[in-house]
Amino acid sequence: MVVFFTVVSVVLAVLAIAQLIRVFEVTSRLKGGVSPLPSDSENKYQGSMMFLFMFAYFGFFAWLLAKYGDKVLPTSGSVHGDTLDTILAFNFWIIGIVFVITHIFLFYFAYKYTFNKDRKALYYTHSNKLEILWTSVPAVFLAVIVIYGLSAWIDITSDAPEGSMVVELYPKQFDWTARYSGSDTELGASNYNMIATNNPLGVITKTSIEQMSADLEAEIAELEEDLQTIPQGGLKYEETKERIAKRGRQLDRVRSFEGLDIASLESGNDDILKKNEFYLPKNKSVNFVFRSRDVIHSAYMPHFRAQMNCVPGMTTQFHFVPQYTTEEMREITGNDEFEYTLLCNKICGAAHYNMKMTIKVVEQEEFDAWLSEQETFAQSIAPEDEGGEGMASESGSNGLEISMIEQ
Amino acid sequence: MSTATAHSDHHHKETFVSKYLFSHDHKMISKQFLITGMIMAVIGMIMSSLFRLQLGWPGESFWILNALLGDKWAPDGILDPNMYLALVTIHGTIMVFFLLTGGLSGTFANLLIPLQIGARDMASGFMNMLSYWFFLASSVIMVVSLFVETGPASGGWTVYPPLSALPEAMPGSGLGMTLWLVSMSLFIVSSLLGGLNYVVTVINLRTKGMTMTRLPLSIWALFITAVLGVLSFPVLFAAALLLIFDRSFGTSFYLSDIHIAGELMEQSGGSPILYEHLFWFLGHPEVYIVLLPALGITSEVIATNARKPIFGYRAMIGSILAIAFLSFIVWGHHMFITGMNPFLGAVFTFTTLLIAIPSAVKAFNYITTLWKGNIRFTPAMLFSIGMVSTFISGGVTGIILADSALDINLHDTYFVVAHFHIVMGLSAVLAMFAGVYHWFPKMYGRLMNRKMGYAHFWLTFITAYGVFFPQHFLGLAGVPRRYYENSQFPMFDELVGLNEMVSVFAIVGAMAQFIFIFNFFYSMFRGPKASQNPWGSNTLEWTTPVEHIHGNWPGPLPTVHRWAYDYSKPGKEQDFVPQTVPLEEGELDGGAGH
Ligand code: HEM
Ligand SMILES: [Cu+2]
Ligand SMILES: [Cu+2]
Repeated sequence: MVVFFTVVSVVLAVLAIAQLIRVFEVTSRLKGGVSPLPSDSENKYQGSMMFLFMFAYFGFFAWLLAKYGDKVLPTSGSVHGDTLDTILAFNFWIIGIVFVITHIFLFYFAYKYTFNKDRKALYYTHSNKLEILWTSVPAVFLAVIVIYGLSAWIDITSDAPEGSMVVELYPKQFDWTARYSGSDTELGASNYNMIATNNPLGVITKTSIEQMSADLEAEIAELEEDLQTIPQGGLKYEETKERIAKRGRQLDRVRSFEGLDIASLESGNDDILKKNEFYLPKNKSVNFVFRSRDVIHSAYMPHFRAQMNCVPGMTTQFHFVPQYTTEEMREITGNDEFEYTLLCNKICGAAHYNMKMTIKVVEQEEFDAWLSEQETFAQSIAPEDEGGEGMASESGSNGLEISMIEQ
Repeated sequence: MSTATAHSDHHHKETFVSKYLFSHDHKMISKQFLITGMIMAVIGMIMSSLFRLQLGWPGESFWILNALLGDKWAPDGILDPNMYLALVTIHGTIMVFFLLTGGLSGTFANLLIPLQIGARDMASGFMNMLSYWFFLASSVIMVVSLFVETGPASGGWTVYPPLSALPEAMPGSGLGMTLWLVSMSLFIVSSLLGGLNYVVTVINLRTKGMTMTRLPLSIWALFITAVLGVLSFPVLFAAALLLIFDRSFGTSFYLSDIHIAGELMEQSGGSPILYEHLFWFLGHPEVYIVLLPALGITSEVIATNARKPIFGYRAMIGSILAIAFLSFIVWGHHMFITGMNPFLGAVFTFTTLLIAIPSAVKAFNYITTLWKGNIRFTPAMLFSIGMVSTFISGGVTGIILADSALDINLHDTYFVVAHFHIVMGLSAVLAMFAGVYHWFPKMYGRLMNRKMGYAHFWLTFITAYGVFFPQHFLGLAGVPRRYYENSQFPMFDELVGLNEMVSVFAIVGAMAQFIFIFNFFYSMFRGPKASQNPWGSNTLEWTTPVEHIHGNWPGPLPTVHRWAYDYSKPGKEQDFVPQTVPLEEGELDGGAGH
């Protein structure tokens, strides 16, 4: 391809230069009394080119359709997606017809009414009838499009049906975590003050509060010890003091979560966190909830015709019903490697282009079996686990590094 | 004041500095805007060629990348992902703001408003000069930001926080982003100084007989554009100011609940969505700030070269006004999937589809203007017809995107990229070229070379569609925009060929622009001398002498007796009747409706 590209550019460069030289000669010969207006032959030539272009343009369109028309997204993996595909096709027909008709008129007129000095243009200033016609006809079509589209929109964005399964999708730079509610049907409470290496989503449970408080206390103690060794008044001293104060404020917030009611403190324990890949049961309504840890991301699941932004500081939602398992989709598409995919679709930093998860849609029984094998949150933060260790490294020492970047 | 300046040019000697640099003369300021805009455009265009290399042939090494960007940003000739985002961001910023807002309005509002309404100059020549100097300063700062250590702003041309607010989020959000904000603030000041001046000039300085319903459509378009800018840019200014506060003074307008680069942020209570609302409250009117002048230029060029009145003059004014009004109540269509209340989304769908109606009316009126015309294919005319085509091709996909339900799956994909590049990017760029070819004799007193103009048009038009039309298919396949490469996703493997093709078209198209640049500068010095009214136009600018003078008309200001579109009027000898020609006994003014 590089070769092709180089050849094309060289050929075009040569052509352009040749053209320029010729043009030069022509201009220098004609300088003085050149007419600003195109000659008859130029007019004719350009008029024909316009008409030719129309065929080339439509031809290009047709070629793209033939070659890439079937490379667009396959059949929708979700129920509502079928409706959207129908609406999309309907809208495409309307705009396609408008596109073709207007372009035929545009280029045909350009060709047909090319300049002729023996003819005078028609002095036709306005027609209220025509204006009314082409205000009202689009209005009618647009009204249909609005009504058709909004009926689907209201359906899709309505509250999730009773009994939907809840899955949280939680992005950060640059990966995703999926969280299931476990054996209860509720996700445990969570807060960004609780984020630690072994608790990437900041889930709040009794144990995680204890761990977090202990870690923060330890860090504060360590920093205070450091403070003794730092000469007073310097920048480093001030920074360390500021850090201690900040950790103290965080500690207060973390402790305040102890006041949450018992039920919410309990419900996080059985939550299940998954990276890289997560499962969904077929034919069951799933209500996704989204938060974000750092910047805006967007959870885009094109095969399900689903997308929702993930915004730090707020929660968003989207629900749908998967209608084909991954296996079934492989048959439908004839592609043995087909996978439902979650992409990040809001610019979020250097690795934005590589923030993905695979989604496996399976039958309900298989899903239940899979889910029961997963480690719960309570298990993952249990003290015998290595997890608790790493936290210090994440929230501990690199604060100084960051304040250096800022300068 | 305007009559007081009715002296001719040799009254007081001008130095180089007062004539070319600190000029108060609208014609000179117009040229300053044009040349600055062109330089910015070349920078933006080269950037797009660079990132198209990466998109067409991801992971392949290109010596030119290394040569231009160095080992830091293109080690071994392979673009760094952060630099990719930086290029996309600055490309978008330059094209939307510096070329198609500052460059386009700055050039043509300055050139045409006084000349076409019959005024000696802008209401305030001094403010006009300031407007250019703020524009230049902001351009320089934007270009300088390319050279800072951590790279220029990289969060996309919309610079959504928190990404743009936190240096921890990406290198480009450091000093580069600060410079971006400073540059844009100066840019906004420039736009406001210019815009206020344009509005005041059109309202107050029209010559005798030049009623609002005799104004050429170019003036209507530039006038309403200025109104849009004056009403919406301050909102962007507020957005930028709050972002500056969040970045530098620890406020939390846009920030809350953030844990980034292993560290907790203490900002709390803000919302990034607030920024999006403020940004798009400008952002949508902005797209019409870009488009309306383009439509204005197209109206003039088409009527003049079809030798036929623009069809539906009053309907055209009506649709400009309708578009301007509606453009303030549609911004939410950029935010359908931010979790906004679904009812609000429905309202924005409705208003957005409403705006399609006046847009359609304009397209139909252009086509009808060509019907039974007597069309001369000057390069300007070719570009204008091309513009009508791109306006339609890109406008119709807006109808799909405006459908909130469909936007769920199309938002932020290449379908959107295709839509706005065709409807806004191409339409406005083609119209800007049309304007330059058409008014070059007025600006420089010489003619541009026609043959080169033809070559330039066809290469540009064909490659432009070659670049953007296939992107609809990428979008329908779910390819997100602003991806450094697609090879991480096997689902996009079959589209590799398409991306290569797009890149080839993009680079060929970029090279074709050098024909224009050559033609422009060559003709400026050596083109054949133009006559006073080379195209046989009706508007007032062609009644001024070829040699520029202060005050525009050597004698008294012209008086206007008719609308601007008396082309091929029955019973007239010539196929045009300038606006200064009095109506004959019993003759009706064409624009007067029934
Ligand atoms: C027929 C009228 C139009 C309709 C219904 C329409 C609709 C839309 C919609 C709904 C979007 C948001 C898509 C998304 O991000 O998911 C959009 C994006 C955009 N439109 Fe249009 N549009 C129309 C005409 C125009 C015109 C005339 C321009 C410019 C002159 C324009 C410029 C843009 C731009 C720049 C964006 C993308 C901004 C970005 O996300 O970076 N549109 N349009
Ligand atoms: Cu992301
Ligand atoms: Cu918009």
